[in-house]
Amino acid sequence: MKHLLSTASLSHAEAVRILDTAGQMAATQAREIKKLPTLRGRTVVNLFFEDSTRTRISFETAAKRLSADVINFSAKGSSVSKGESLKDTALTLQAMGADAVVIRHHASGAPHTLAHSGWTHGAVINAGDGTHQHPTQALLDAYTLRRHLTGPGDPTGRDLAGLRVAIVGDVLHSRVARSNVQLLHTLGADVTLVSPPTLLPVGVEAWPAEVSYHLDDVIDTKPDAIMMLRVQRERMSSAGGGFFPSPLEYTRGYGLDARRLAAMPDHAIVLHPGPMNRGLEISADAADSPRAVIVEQVANGVAVRMAVLYLLLAGHDTAAAGTTNDETKVDA
Amino acid sequence: MSAGEKYLIQNVAPYGGERTSVLLADGVIAAIGPDVTDTDATVVDGTDLVLLPGLVDLHTHLREPGREDAETIRTGTRAAAAGGFTAVHAMANTTPTQDTAGVVEQVWRLGREAGWVDVHPVGAVTVGLDGQRLAELGAMAESKAQVRVFSDDGKCVHDPVLMRRALEYVKAFDGVVAQHAQEPRLTENAQMHEGVVSAELGLAGWPAVAEEAIIARDVLLAEHVGSRLHVCHLSTAGSVEIIRWAKSRGIDVTAEVTPHHLILTDDLARGYDPTFKVNPPLRTQQDVEAVRAGLADGTIDIVATDHAPHTREDKDCEWAAAAFGMTGLETALSVVQETMVDTGRLTWADVARVLSEAPARIGRVTDHGRPIAVGEPANLTLVDPGARRVVDPAEQATKSGNSPFRGRELPGRVVATFLRGRATVLDGELRESAQERA
Amino acid sequence: MSSALPAPEPSNDEPGGSTVVLGGPEIARALTRIAHEILERNRGGSDLVLLGIPTRGLPLAQRLAAKLAEVEPVLDAQSLVGSIDVTMYRDDLSQHPTRTIGSTDLPGDGIDGKVVVLVDDVLFSGRTIRAALDAISDLGRPRAVQLAALVDRGHRELPIRADFVGKNLPTSTSERVRVLLAETDGRDAVLIEGTR
Repeated sequence: MKHLLSTASLSHAEAVRILDTAGQMAATQAREIKKLPTLRGRTVVNLFFEDSTRTRISFETAAKRLSADVINFSAKGSSVSKGESLKDTALTLQAMGADAVVIRHHASGAPHTLAHSGWTHGAVINAGDGTHQHPTQALLDAYTLRRHLTGPGDPTGRDLAGLRVAIVGDVLHSRVARSNVQLLHTLGADVTLVSPPTLLPVGVEAWPAEVSYHLDDVIDTKPDAIMMLRVQRERMSSAGGGFFPSPLEYTRGYGLDARRLAAMPDHAIVLHPGPMNRGLEISADAADSPRAVIVEQVANGVAVRMAVLYLLLAGHDTAAAGTTNDETKVDA
Repeated sequence: MSAGEKYLIQNVAPYGGERTSVLLADGVIAAIGPDVTDTDATVVDGTDLVLLPGLVDLHTHLREPGREDAETIRTGTRAAAAGGFTAVHAMANTTPTQDTAGVVEQVWRLGREAGWVDVHPVGAVTVGLDGQRLAELGAMAESKAQVRVFSDDGKCVHDPVLMRRALEYVKAFDGVVAQHAQEPRLTENAQMHEGVVSAELGLAGWPAVAEEAIIARDVLLAEHVGSRLHVCHLSTAGSVEIIRWAKSRGIDVTAEVTPHHLILTDDLARGYDPTFKVNPPLRTQQDVEAVRAGLADGTIDIVATDHAPHTREDKDCEWAAAAFGMTGLETALSVVQETMVDTGRLTWADVARVLSEAPARIGRVTDHGRPIAVGEPANLTLVDPGARRVVDPAEQATKSGNSPFRGRELPGRVVATFLRGRATVLDGELRESAQERA
Repeated sequence: MSSALPAPEPSNDEPGGSTVVLGGPEIARALTRIAHEILERNRGGSDLVLLGIPTRGLPLAQRLAAKLAEVEPVLDAQSLVGSIDVTMYRDDLSQHPTRTIGSTDLPGDGIDGKVVVLVDDVLFSGRTIRAALDAISDLGRPRAVQLAALVDRGHRELPIRADFVGKNLPTSTSERVRVLLAETDGRDAVLIEGTR
């Protein structure tokens, strides 16, 4: 694995490996000394063209816990103010010796362009590109689901086979939805997308997921988990595209409130990638209920990102997958 | 016109038919026949070669004035000649816009001075391409450039009243409005064809209906006011059906397709390589099949390149920041050969029609697209259909490198291009010497 | 200082050019001796923690713990054993394909103030043990750290030595020493592979 650009490129084995490694990382984070020397001497650059304090801090924490040096580059460029181009920024970072670039960008495909351009030589990690992908978010969601829903004991080696997950909200504009649909499918889960018709992309029929316009019907099927996507209020207005007549109508049809939460099976959990619009797609009751694992998702995010950094940077891979300690034991 | 350049093309097949010899002298076709000789003439061996009327492009972007970093009239017309063209229509989206007699005359003059092909400037329909007010179409028609084709290409004339006025107004001087069909509200910030691929890639979609709805409206408008209409770069199956229906009703509409829409699909966006970002976007395989069928059965009248050169900075970046467009003058004939001739859907005589005769007729260009017959102006293209070459932008005459065919092997090679009896291309190379100065 | 015997003549040849230098019974005897040595050196088993280094150090540590409990029944084998994964402390990660990270599980009382005996199958350059010492220092503060290795094959690159050794095995660096254990490989054997 040289880059992490999209969950579409992860095989079942690679995905499970990331989750297992995240489990080991999480164990280290439960200790008093949380820092490990593993990536000492490596430089990780956070290249954020879009504002996101939460994700950036998560990656920064992950890198620092592995003793890597972190450089934060925040380029608030809109498409109007061009400023320094992606290419020039990347060349500058390469001159500073970046081993990995964590990039969040408003243009779909920018991490892909960066990874294949030859402007940088390090690993490229997609921290969210436009409406395309957010692979580490999907991985931490899968990790969270695995922890809660695959039975007791150490979940190492397990996938999500047979689990039923509902993803609710603005699928059209959601990179979290795209990453999750592909990863959950790879791990064996069944996904149902719930959304008003205006917020589903043309071409969603080709996705490995069911589609429904009716949240209550889907809740009646007793899914094991429900993932609420953030809906932007701006999209209601005509200037924002007029996707929905009013916030109230949206909440009535697609919001998770206490009533709908109560109709879910007892073991079911509620996820949200954050930040939440309390009262719009998720009520305060639902967000604060013990079945909401939203805060835990954030903690799991650090472990998952530590795992990704480790798997991309620690070894020297000629082939795709790594090996166990035995087979590589050249010396002891 | 320089006297003295004489060419005897021996054993050549005009329109791919019977082999014969053709003598060019004094700027015209002087003689045709198997026994024609002339000791003064430069002999060109036409064995295995096809002779066509000089190609005419109804849709090119020469970028000058304003974006000479991407292309100039000189480099663009050299590329045209290398591609076998003898006349091109230069679109109006320059800076300043080609919306006055002054600017179109400047472009026309620069074309003549360069001397590689005849440049026919296209006049903008609206001032500044703003879609608000008609430009001085009459003045441009009267000018030395004698503009007959008017287009806001790059943008759509979307206001129905404005489109109606333009269609009516150009009747006075036998002009034609060439519409870039793109409903602007349905395609705000669109990046690629709206479909399965765009949903996966997270790129805003450009739905086929945004093209088809405008074409449907415009053919009905043209019928209502009794005008002729030309539709630029048709790209969808639905658009082909609308044109077919319109023609069956007797509506005077013509349509063009680009070489890239004859062969490339939206799958190519998967690598996020902006080389494949173009407007209208690459569509699905079904759309490719439909436009090929439309070109074969005459629903689509011509092939036009929509040659759109861009600097490296405008393409060497993330998809959303990249400019729309592909170069095409030097690969057009090869792509038509690969997709239509080598598959048996068009003969070389049909190629002459779609790449020379029909474009000249639509543009009201009287000295190009003429029959290969004695007395006609010697605007000719000599092609070797048996050659194969790998496309390398570094070796192209165009200043820009944004060819979607880079690294691809294509059939056919232009061996010679003659502009009024003077060779602009000979032995497959552009001729640097003996440039015509008007 | 170990009292291991020098290597015997190579016994049965394995297919694929490898030689068995220790069979099941010899391994069992070596482990029994090590268990006695551990108890002797530390004057009993209180305050002992055996930390096996995955993969094969762990079953060896478990076997040793069982033997310690046999000899001193007051000891509870389970609470003597843990595992310590050292992957994230290695200094040679970038020279090999990415390694899978194993588990670190300490016994309930932790390692503070205890005598930690690291258990591994093969001692070679010493880098694994150096990494283990770093890992230990992040996990707590033992009173002392000792090292038990089933096989010491020489060629140390760091000043590290084993306190308890099952067998000293002189090798050349072009050879490869493989330890097989019933728990992980279905049988007990120590093999040497490669040119001699």
